[in-house]
Amino acid sequence: MAVRVQREDFDVGAELAALQRDDPRVGAIASFVGLARDCNDGRQVLELTLEHYPGMTERALEDIVAQARARWDILEALIVHRVGTIAPTERIVLVAVTSAHRQHAFDACRFLIDYLKTDAPFWKKERSPEGSHWVEARASDEQARAAWQPPEPRR
Amino acid sequence: MKLSVLYFARLRDAIGRPAEQVDVPADVTTVAELRAWLVRRGSPWSSALAPAAPIRAAVDQVMARDATRLHDGAEVAFFPPVTGG
Repeated sequence: MAVRVQREDFDVGAELAALQRDDPRVGAIASFVGLARDCNDGRQVLELTLEHYPGMTERALEDIVAQARARWDILEALIVHRVGTIAPTERIVLVAVTSAHRQHAFDACRFLIDYLKTDAPFWKKERSPEGSHWVEARASDEQARAAWQPPEPRR
Repeated sequence: MKLSVLYFARLRDAIGRPAEQVDVPADVTTVAELRAWLVRRGSPWSSALAPAAPIRAAVDQVMARDATRLHDGAEVAFFPPVTGG
């Protein structure tokens, strides 16, 4: 189980290989990579700046991973989230989960990114040709999180 | 009661500082009461933390509710709804 907040980019292949660690119990790795787009809400985006709450961010991510672990049969989970300046096409976040079977890995991976979107203290600022502005939270992110309630009984 | 108050993102820009130390009176015991007390100090808190503003809070780095109780030395953060991922 690991969560990391860093300025640098990450190598998805290397991260997934490290998560598997040649563990023969791993039958599935599900991963999600969030990328910076060049357009948001009809505005051109030249650059993103991601800010976070050092200390709380790591605690919040670890709590989200613990919730996923309680709901699914996860072997390992990884969240890497970048902060600082990020240009369109660059990676922002990686969520990856290993499990014996694909369904637990898929479900836990989607749960982790849905919860991260609403519960982890990150904020995006966009720079567009018109100037800089803070990104507004989306109601659809709250709905995606709410769709996971109540917890499914463990199989 | 002495508190460390932190502001992030849009809220830090609006208030013009990332953090401040405050010493609140005894009747300020919850997150909602602290927010109301800050608003009563006037600008810039009155507009940045106005009741209609969508604001989240954390106490000691854990997401908090309006009714979350404060303690001496607590770290209380106010910030807009999060937008990571």
